[in-house]
Amino acid sequence: MSAPVLDLSLVPPLGDPRPQPVPEVHLTTLDTGLQVAVVPRAGVPLVELRLRIPFAAASTRAAAAHVARTSVLTGAVLLGTAAHDQVQIAQLLQAEGAELSVSADPDRLLLGTTMLPSGLPAVLGVLAELLGRATYPADQVAAEKARVAERIAIARSQPGVVARTALATRRYGSHPYAVQLPETEQVAAITPAALRKLHRERVLPAGSTLVLVGDVDPAAATDAVAAALGGWTGSGTAVDAPLLVEAPVGPLLLVDRPGAVQSNLRLGGPAPGRRDPELPAVRLASMVYGGYFSSRLVENIRERRGYTYSPRSSVDHLQAGSSFLVDADVATGVTGPALLETVYELGRIALVPMTEAELDAARRYILGTTALATATHAGLASTLSALIGSGLPADWLAEHQAALAAVTLDEVTAAARRWLHPAGLTAVVVGDADATADQLAALGPVQR
Amino acid sequence: MTSPGADLTLRHPVERFTLDNGLRVVLAPDTSVPVVAVSVFYDVGMRSEPEGRTGFAHLFEHVMFQGSAHVPKMEHARLVQAAGGSFNGSTHQDYTNYFEALPAEALERALFLEADRMASPAITEENLRNQIDVVKEEIRVNVLNRPYGAFPWLQLPQIAFESFANTHDGYGSFVDLESSTVDDAKDFFDRYYAPANAVLCLGGDLDVAETERLVRRYFDAVPHRAAPPTPYTGEASPTGPRHGVVVDALAPAPAVAIAWRVPDPVADLDTYLGTVLLSELLSEGDASRLELRLVHRDHLAVAQSSYVGLFGDPFDVRDATTLTTQVHHSADVTPQRVLDAVHEEIDKVAQDGVGAAELARVQARTSAQLLRGADSVLGRTLGFASAELIHGRAELAGELAARLAAVTPEAVQHAARGLVPDTAAVLELRTADKGTTR
Repeated sequence: MSAPVLDLSLVPPLGDPRPQPVPEVHLTTLDTGLQVAVVPRAGVPLVELRLRIPFAAASTRAAAAHVARTSVLTGAVLLGTAAHDQVQIAQLLQAEGAELSVSADPDRLLLGTTMLPSGLPAVLGVLAELLGRATYPADQVAAEKARVAERIAIARSQPGVVARTALATRRYGSHPYAVQLPETEQVAAITPAALRKLHRERVLPAGSTLVLVGDVDPAAATDAVAAALGGWTGSGTAVDAPLLVEAPVGPLLLVDRPGAVQSNLRLGGPAPGRRDPELPAVRLASMVYGGYFSSRLVENIRERRGYTYSPRSSVDHLQAGSSFLVDADVATGVTGPALLETVYELGRIALVPMTEAELDAARRYILGTTALATATHAGLASTLSALIGSGLPADWLAEHQAALAAVTLDEVTAAARRWLHPAGLTAVVVGDADATADQLAALGPVQR
Repeated sequence: MTSPGADLTLRHPVERFTLDNGLRVVLAPDTSVPVVAVSVFYDVGMRSEPEGRTGFAHLFEHVMFQGSAHVPKMEHARLVQAAGGSFNGSTHQDYTNYFEALPAEALERALFLEADRMASPAITEENLRNQIDVVKEEIRVNVLNRPYGAFPWLQLPQIAFESFANTHDGYGSFVDLESSTVDDAKDFFDRYYAPANAVLCLGGDLDVAETERLVRRYFDAVPHRAAPPTPYTGEASPTGPRHGVVVDALAPAPAVAIAWRVPDPVADLDTYLGTVLLSELLSEGDASRLELRLVHRDHLAVAQSSYVGLFGDPFDVRDATTLTTQVHHSADVTPQRVLDAVHEEIDKVAQDGVGAAELARVQARTSAQLLRGADSVLGRTLGFASAELIHGRAELAGELAARLAAVTPEAVQHAARGLVPDTAAVLELRTADKGTTR
């Protein structure tokens, strides 16, 4: 078959867009400072809960110990309270269809679960116990530390984790964000007393946000939260990450992984934050570059050359700084050519205007998939938790979508020039150094 | 706790009709969000592959995205994504699916795209070679360049089963992939991608009468071809224990996986549901039997999980399939200690049964997770499609939460009695430094 040319007369036109439902967000702030958002939503008979607690390392000096303690606290907080042991806590939640996941990122502690609607009071009761009276029993904490150490070893054997860690270290220098994975020695040194102190000082209602989405009555749910969590108090204030100044871009860093059959390419640099009016333009530029399947990067190094399975670019947000990121896992033998094309496409989008068609496609994709992603209880809960937890108003999403709709070709061209140009990005490659160093050196200085 | 009368049935109406070319069509309208999902499920999966063509079902899935008679390469993606939609496809043991989630106004466009590639995908030498390269990188990312990449899903079936259909590597060997030809692909398409061998399932904000008219407009033109017979993938139950060892040079710590044959998911669904709940009782969450025993009480494991079906979805497979328990442990714990503890916990259920209160908790959690998966229009639509293809009844997907909530303690105890050490298949994963000592 010869390659067809798209005959647009055959492609059914899109109908008129139907109105998007606007989430009805009921916001309250308790006397303790806890912000509560309740969103009733038609859908399955479930309620999604997200509690976000500011949890950044306060300083560079404290970062390594803080990250290590946090990695244990996320599991250990569930190991017992004054009233219930670990098994009872798990059973109380399970009876309501719930299971609390506790995780941490460089900025916050996140507790989340789904539940059957009738379970809301019981789940909030368990949550209140954990927040106010987690005991960190010594034996169980010791066992949790051993598990965390094993999991760290497994994480460090994953090439994607090695690459992410190397890029963070290189970009963030001495900022706490540079510490992505704890050292096992730091984990081994943790005591239950240190966990209790961390919990007392940092698990605070002030600055925290609780989001409930789904089959809820807003007034009753807000009352239930106030009744259950009104007694969660604490003195101290939320800690955000310190001011971020990225390290200057240095030569490409090659991290040796002897015998690796693929190389993990990672590029990263700063990007506008959620409050920056340039963010919509950068998101669109990133989308056209490598943000979705229809992008230039996918067409080039996957669909034309077969170098890789899933190359991508994205814009990520941390509280103290946002990032433009590019990643591609490529066959070892084409590491140099794949980096060449990746950088070529960056240079092209930074210097040559994209087409109106490319801009419009990216714009419709972002708007459409945002609507899809927030069309479930869980998706909306996670999105609102991220926004409100970052101090943004609940209607930020609607304003951002309006801003995306208004971005012009000139604006996106300027944004690509400023934020996507390859000279502004830090580059890391994880792979077999003997097999790739020569290829990479042909493109520029390489540091091993 | 949930009241026993809690309504867990998804009451979405399901409409169905069949085109003259044999295409089965299922419509599941729901106007709560302005979104539609379009899915096509072909009754061909990894278990349909002939010898010498391992990985072909998945490779062909990639080829189906390379354009079609009226859609150039890359344009399928562009037409969906520029409409604000997302798309993907996936290859399973018993089917291959293609799907889009889109704003409701893009429904007709998605039907055009699916009909065009059902009629005439762009099977060319250039596209095939390109996608063989891409699939090889996919296998490197997911299997070869990471620890535990093939464990246990590519390795355990080799010792748990006998027939080629059940034992071979569904991702494919590089030798088989590289020797694939355009003629192979055309034959595969002719045989398996007939409309009579497929289910088209549409869900979300759609009008039934108007949608039926659109479906007929785009799909009636696809010529009829006879559907191939459904491949027989069942096999005799194992009569003895089996044991294997693999060495993973990238793994920092050992692991072990155990598989037991379970009842026929389709012919014996009621008994099978007891097995599904047993799997949840054993391993789902912090209150589960194996989490408490292996992780928290005896400190034998770093992590454990159990699931029914090769990819963890108990309702998207035909016979034969397994319940698999997978345990990651530290190097100073022997696999035998892990196995003894697992067998002991299962034996407790077999001997003593399960208390009603414990089972009710497990059912509450299981129901919540099923409902959660059905909250998105796409998730719900894929569930209906899979139920129609595998079980012949899309409605089953909406009934599963209620069906599982009605399973009795006796059914779970009965399921545990089938999971004996004598017929288990055990696979040990050893790290490179430990792999040679035996």
